[in-house]
Amino acid sequence: MPQQRIVLKNCDVIDPERIESSLENSGFQALAKARGEMTPEQITDEIKASGLRGRGGAGFPCGIKWEGARTAPGDEKYVICNADEGEVGTFKDRYILEKDPYTLIEGILIAGRAIGAKQGYIYLRAEYHFLLQHLQNAVDQAKTKGFLDGFNLEIREGAGAYICGEESALMDSIEGKRGESRYRPPFPTTSGLWGKPTIINNVETLMNIPQIILNGADWFNQMGTERSKGTKVFSVSGDVDKPGVYEMVLGSPLRELVEELAMAKGIKLVQIGGATGRLLPVDKLDTPLAFEAVLGAGAVTVYNESRDVIDIVHRTMEFLAEESCGKCTPCRQGTEVMAEVLGRFHRGEGSLKELQNLEDLSSAMMLSSLCGLGQAAPNPVMDSLQHFRAEYESRVAK
Amino acid sequence: MAGRGVITLPKDRADLVERLKEVQRRNGHVPEGAIAELAESLAIPVHEVYGVASFYSFLSTKPLGRNVIRVCRSLPCYLKSAEMIMEAVEKELGIGLGETTPDGRFTLELTNCIGLCDHAPAMLINQDPHVDLTPEKIKKILRAYK
Repeated sequence: MPQQRIVLKNCDVIDPERIESSLENSGFQALAKARGEMTPEQITDEIKASGLRGRGGAGFPCGIKWEGARTAPGDEKYVICNADEGEVGTFKDRYILEKDPYTLIEGILIAGRAIGAKQGYIYLRAEYHFLLQHLQNAVDQAKTKGFLDGFNLEIREGAGAYICGEESALMDSIEGKRGESRYRPPFPTTSGLWGKPTIINNVETLMNIPQIILNGADWFNQMGTERSKGTKVFSVSGDVDKPGVYEMVLGSPLRELVEELAMAKGIKLVQIGGATGRLLPVDKLDTPLAFEAVLGAGAVTVYNESRDVIDIVHRTMEFLAEESCGKCTPCRQGTEVMAEVLGRFHRGEGSLKELQNLEDLSSAMMLSSLCGLGQAAPNPVMDSLQHFRAEYESRVAK
Repeated sequence: MAGRGVITLPKDRADLVERLKEVQRRNGHVPEGAIAELAESLAIPVHEVYGVASFYSFLSTKPLGRNVIRVCRSLPCYLKSAEMIMEAVEKELGIGLGETTPDGRFTLELTNCIGLCDHAPAMLINQDPHVDLTPEKIKKILRAYK
């Protein structure tokens, strides 16, 4: 399946500094339809029927999330756009924010109408401060055109924390606190920002909304696999000739993305979904890119034959240990211990007994961690033990 | 169980991160005195303000140089020899990681992924992205920061 630009339809087509340019390319037509011809219930039903799932990594059905917040009691509700992409190797949202902030704003406004929110936030990661003025300019122009009537859209900047890409930590950060994950339930749809019903959607998820509203759920859900509808935007980096952002229909094989589009040669393994994502060896390149197989937020880092798997996994775990918020013990301690053990293997000082310890610790963390960080942190360890066990065994102290 | 003194209007409390950033913009870091003042003006405990100030990597409770260099150390940059960039900056400034030049002009830090992996290796100086780095480019880039 070739590339297909739905989310990125207006990227590199419009002039991102001028809203008129977006308007000439069907910008804000879906908003007019959603506001003029559709009830909040109809909007939510359309998104549900589309099969759209969250693009930030977790893949939760978007329409179900919206319905939860729409039907939750309360007059004060919030829409949050998660623009805190901190997953290692992810930069697709940066690309989108640079090239087409208008479709994003339109998606947020449609979400606001669907759940009955009058206030929205774009939570922008501090590392993307250089995009702040550009994004504010787009919001201001949408306001001047009257699209924000009855809705207040604010950009809130993070202050540097990977965990704040996790939705409950993100809300704590907007509330001015340390960004630590919350216990759930209650879920944000009933008790989110300041305890009010809230939806939090990734940039890319919201970019899909205007297209679904304009073209209908049936158009959208014809693309993709049974459980992964539409397209996905991938960020490809590492040992490739053409790093960059690529949008493909879901279910496309990984091989097409890394070999044909990004021009990788001599691949040893590919990391999909960043630090908490999966590791696939070269003989698994025909794996489809879908929620049923591997996906995450679409970060794809390619490693060639010269790379050391233990080094990659060790560095990944050091990152997770540093970025763990520290609230729950399995994640705080587990990532530290794993980084230490992997460090020993990296230096050739491992022991076979410790491989079993790594596996036991992995299961404990997956079962008992508070949020996705700790639950998914063992992924690279488990995958590398499965596919590259011999490399571990060759690093045992003699 | 909120006792007297910790009940504040939620929106005021929400300003804490922004207020800390403002302090940092003015002073270059968040000094102890400012933490105490903020705690008083927002009617929240000092440890809570300190907890927030020390949580985020773009806030610092220790003095920093006028310009903060953050070289990305995450895997996509590492694969593109980010370590050569770190060494080039160290050599140019005569300081190690985590250190500040004696004239207070630069602090050198490492950062986790900054989302510029398609143009690795990359770094931020203050808020400015610098991409597709080579050791040869470092001198010229640093010259622009006084």
